[in-house]
Amino acid sequence: MTTGTPEKSADHGPLPPLPGHTSRGRLERVLRAGEFAVTAELNPPDSADPNEVFERGAIFDGWVDGINATDGSGANCHMSSVSICALLTRVGYSPIMQISCRDHNRIAIQGNVLGAAAMGVNNILCLTGDGVQAGDQPGAKPVFDLDCMSLLRTVRMMRDEGRFLSGRKITSPPQVFLGAAINPFAPPYDFRPLRLAKKIEAGAQFVQSQYCFDIPMLTRYMEQTRDLGLDKKCFILVGVGPLASARAAKWIRANVPGIHIPDAIIDRLEGAEDQKLEGKKICIEILQQVHEMKGVSGAHVMAYRQEELVADIVYESGILKGRQPWKRESNPDFEAVADAFETVKEQMDNSINPQEMVAAVSEEQ
Amino acid sequence: MAAGKPSEMPKSAYQPAKTSPVVRSRAFYTVRLWSVRHSRGLERIYKMLATVFLKLHPLWNFIGYKRVEKPVVLVERTVKRFLFDCRMCGQCALSDTGMSCPMNCPKSLRNGPCGGVRANGNCEVEPEMPCVWVEAWKGSRNMESGDNILKVQAPVNHSYRGSSAWLRATAEAAEKQAEPMP
Repeated sequence: MTTGTPEKSADHGPLPPLPGHTSRGRLERVLRAGEFAVTAELNPPDSADPNEVFERGAIFDGWVDGINATDGSGANCHMSSVSICALLTRVGYSPIMQISCRDHNRIAIQGNVLGAAAMGVNNILCLTGDGVQAGDQPGAKPVFDLDCMSLLRTVRMMRDEGRFLSGRKITSPPQVFLGAAINPFAPPYDFRPLRLAKKIEAGAQFVQSQYCFDIPMLTRYMEQTRDLGLDKKCFILVGVGPLASARAAKWIRANVPGIHIPDAIIDRLEGAEDQKLEGKKICIEILQQVHEMKGVSGAHVMAYRQEELVADIVYESGILKGRQPWKRESNPDFEAVADAFETVKEQMDNSINPQEMVAAVSEEQ
Repeated sequence: MAAGKPSEMPKSAYQPAKTSPVVRSRAFYTVRLWSVRHSRGLERIYKMLATVFLKLHPLWNFIGYKRVEKPVVLVERTVKRFLFDCRMCGQCALSDTGMSCPMNCPKSLRNGPCGGVRANGNCEVEPEMPCVWVEAWKGSRNMESGDNILKVQAPVNHSYRGSSAWLRATAEAAEKQAEPMP
């Protein structure tokens, strides 16, 4: 296996482990190499058709370093993040699996972390999750057994100590790059940078922010963050996205918790002839400003229901500076599946002799 | 940055479905907000109480922690429910969270505010209620050991629900005291 600089390499082989890296994924390599990373969010289908996932993933091919598989975002029911990751890893993607604390307790979550890592998921984003009241089924039982912070700690413990929360041993710990979310645009503003520090202490290695539509507010947040030296301990990816229209922007303000859109942005959209184009322009401008900001390591481009714009926004903003970020590749775990499949085919006609089987196992032990 | 006054909330702001898993009484959160404003005094009282409880450790031990649990819970529940709208999680974090009970958060977050806090500092899930963690942050700034808010809290142990956090803290402190110095 030839190993060039991974972010530029054309070889689609498995990524060998590197010193100082906790995962074998591309996102961590790109960030540690000092490149400006770009991630995007896959819009999860309300469907049992795998092709819908593949189509929605293919739209980003060659333009992003990681695809987020959301976990019931906005407390709405969609295909689960674990299953989206199962499908994406099968065809060679390395997604960022989101885990929300709203729907699973600690037992389910730890099981999913192991399963995801076994499927080849290299990145896990730990979230608290929106309240059930935000979604289409407000009568659901809100679980919130862990919160984002204790979830980060739990997964880190599984990875670094090779133990479950109970202390029970894990034979092969999950090698994952751990992420969290930040929202610099919600009060209490002076606590937010300290909360990031807490998340880093709990295990966050990268963070993705909520949509940024307010550069001065982000600038102040980043200043405080740099003063605390947090940008050196954690990769900060700032969330950006195009607003489809002034009406859509108002709808988001009224229906999605935690998103701050200044009136100036809405006025600008309302005044524009082509609102969709203006929305994209605003997004590109913000993205370029974010790119220049000290301490920012990348951008998380969320274009809900206009995913086709992501490649265009990344291209037009010029933030990649000619870097070819990412392509599908086979990964070691995928090969493991292929090998297992070959073995199964070979042994299809051999039935098991129970006594020989028992004898073989006891001999091994 | 305009934090906004608690009263003003634009009509256009996010409105959740009007259901909540937590039963609330308006009167209780008036008291609760008072408690946060007086976090420094309450912290002193708590510390004093903790010392007294620790001194009484031999007595608790003599009667038996199990047997004393019931009457202590009765007092603890009454006092803390009145002052903090306490949910009796049995593992009190009040002294670490600015005297604002984190179990009153609809997501029961114990490590800080979620990203959904409104511009006016109110809760994402219950728009009329000031965010428990915005209050916690304010309360902690007035406290001597207010920086405890930066400690990462362990996940809640649900088997402790309804039991006395005071006795548990006392027993743990006594055990720590008994340990030989490293």
